Amino acid sequence: MTLARHLGAALLVAVVLLVLTLRVGPFRDYQIAEVAAYVTAVAGLTYLIGLSGQISIGHGAFMAVGAYAAALLLLHLHWPLELVFAASAVAGAAAGGILGVAAARLRGPYLAGATLMLAVALPSIADKYAGVFGGDQGLSVTITTPAWLGVTFPPTRWLAWVTCAAALITLVLLANLGRGRTGRDWRALRDNEIAAELSGLNVARLRILAFVVSSACAGLGGALLAVVTNIVSPGAFTLALSISVLTAAILGGLGSLAGAVWGSLVLVFVPTYVTDVATSHGLSSGASSNVPIAAYGVVLIAVMLLFPSGIQGGLRRLLGPVAPAASGPLNALRRRGPASEKQEEGTT
Amino acid sequence: MQEFLEFTLGGLAVGMIYAAIALSLVLIWRGTRILNYSQGGMAMFTTYVALIVINHTGNYWEGFAVALASGLVLGAVLERAVIRPIENKPPLNAVIVTIGILVFLEGLAGIIYGGQFRSFPPAFSIVGLTIGSTALGISRDDLFTAAAVLAASLLLALLFRYTSVGLRLRATAFNANVARLLGVRIGRVLTLGWALAGLIGALAGVLVTPSTFLYPNSMDSIFVLGFTAAVIGGLESPLGAVVGGLILGVVLSYAGGYLGSDLVPIFGLGALMLVLMIRPSGLFSTTAVRRV
Repeated sequence: MTLARHLGAALLVAVVLLVLTLRVGPFRDYQIAEVAAYVTAVAGLTYLIGLSGQISIGHGAFMAVGAYAAALLLLHLHWPLELVFAASAVAGAAAGGILGVAAARLRGPYLAGATLMLAVALPSIADKYAGVFGGDQGLSVTITTPAWLGVTFPPTRWLAWVTCAAALITLVLLANLGRGRTGRDWRALRDNEIAAELSGLNVARLRILAFVVSSACAGLGGALLAVVTNIVSPGAFTLALSISVLTAAILGGLGSLAGAVWGSLVLVFVPTYVTDVATSHGLSSGASSNVPIAAYGVVLIAVMLLFPSGIQGGLRRLLGPVAPAASGPLNALRRRGPASEKQEEGTT
Repeated sequence: MQEFLEFTLGGLAVGMIYAAIALSLVLIWRGTRILNYSQGGMAMFTTYVALIVINHTGNYWEGFAVALASGLVLGAVLERAVIRPIENKPPLNAVIVTIGILVFLEGLAGIIYGGQFRSFPPAFSIVGLTIGSTALGISRDDLFTAAAVLAASLLLALLFRYTSVGLRLRATAFNANVARLLGVRIGRVLTLGWALAGLIGALAGVLVTPSTFLYPNSMDSIFVLGFTAAVIGGLESPLGAVVGGLILGVVLSYAGGYLGSDLVPIFGLGALMLVLMIRPSGLFSTTAVRRV
């Protein structure tokens, strides 16, 4: 039943996107593709933090794994695109699994630190093995528009189609996972780990699974981003990327897939807008390229201080009649729970 | 043997920087149970302030003093303005707010000072010292770095041990509610903790920047390693922070020296994971990881 509803919603969105991409120019198509790539990665992260209650500050590292996997497969083995995307998700999942196993015992700041270190350390591998990964220059990633679309078909529109399809499939899968048993177990884990363990949940396995699912999304998102930007280089997967993905997840509303979409839209459209405004107010181009960064910071702080449930939480309060009943009692329980174990407030 | 000596002493010198960052993190963690991800950004910002003063007056020590003072003020202001409202919220909120401070400070530095690399003067000569014909791998400036961090740690230890302010700081770290019942003004103590952390972080920034250049992200990698040092030390113990910093400095110096400098971050990650696998709450931690 839920599956049918999710599929229906996805189909509707797909039709809207199809019409949209046919009507807008190449640059907007490119931006749509960019949003789709971010949505894929942010959706995974928002589940990891919002549902399973674990934090990753270094999700850019998993995106890098997926992107490099995709680039290498396209470059050397010329796999078809859908297989490449599947493989990059698997590569991301494998990396996440390894970190998840190591991190299953870690809590709060220790986990954050381990993921932070991963994001800083991983790009240096690309420099060390420059023969395979292309060093600072990176690897170029090109996909060709299929022949049946004709030679005049704009390549950016094809990019938008491919990335949106991948993003929608990811969202449907995640929505089902979140609604089903696994999602419920994750929420229980997030709300009170000890209670969850006493109820017979395998806490370590659930925590690792959350990392695997989330980093698979990040790997796919990274591969999509690589295809969109045509290049994979260490400079594209810095700590700044990890932080902007995290910003998008938080700004949109943790644990909410719709929130992941809002956050990604902000990520793609707001920086260019803010930079333009800053430049038109007389700042030099070097200075105004830093305005969006400072704005990210202000947004992160402001969201946490003023509306911790993000855009989606705000929309729900505005539009929806009541908050979903499922989170009510658990929230009440959590308030009385031990302070040191809590990761975040329920926002589903 | 010659190489070994150079790597060891050089590692200890760098380790002192990690120790200072780790110390500032521990100061805040003990008081507020918040990990301050903006520590590196704060240090970067105060170092810019120092550079401006040095360029203006031509006197290194005036810049040095201003950096420490502005670190003190910055720490206190941030605690009052943005940390206080989230102190009793879930830990994730604090993580995100401090990351927000970091991103904001880096963006602000980029807007005000531009993104280009600037050189920052060292306090003393950076020419390598020798004993007879044996190069030691460290300079006068490294010695000053070590002395400054050790002096700061010692002063902190004395403050904690022998003053009533230190007693209040320890009481708050031990149990904030009990301390409050006994008449400690918790709010002021927490602000003081952040101010002191800001000061130590500013010290680390001024000391390390001569060897890294100054730009908005210049403290990122230093912070990550300082954080690693703090985690290795166990986040609870100031002594652990210093020891963790020195261990990390020496290990990374060997790794970089013998195996190639490209892999230093990987070895940092490896060291962190290894310690966390063996002791999930660090080497010097005494309290239980999970509170039931």
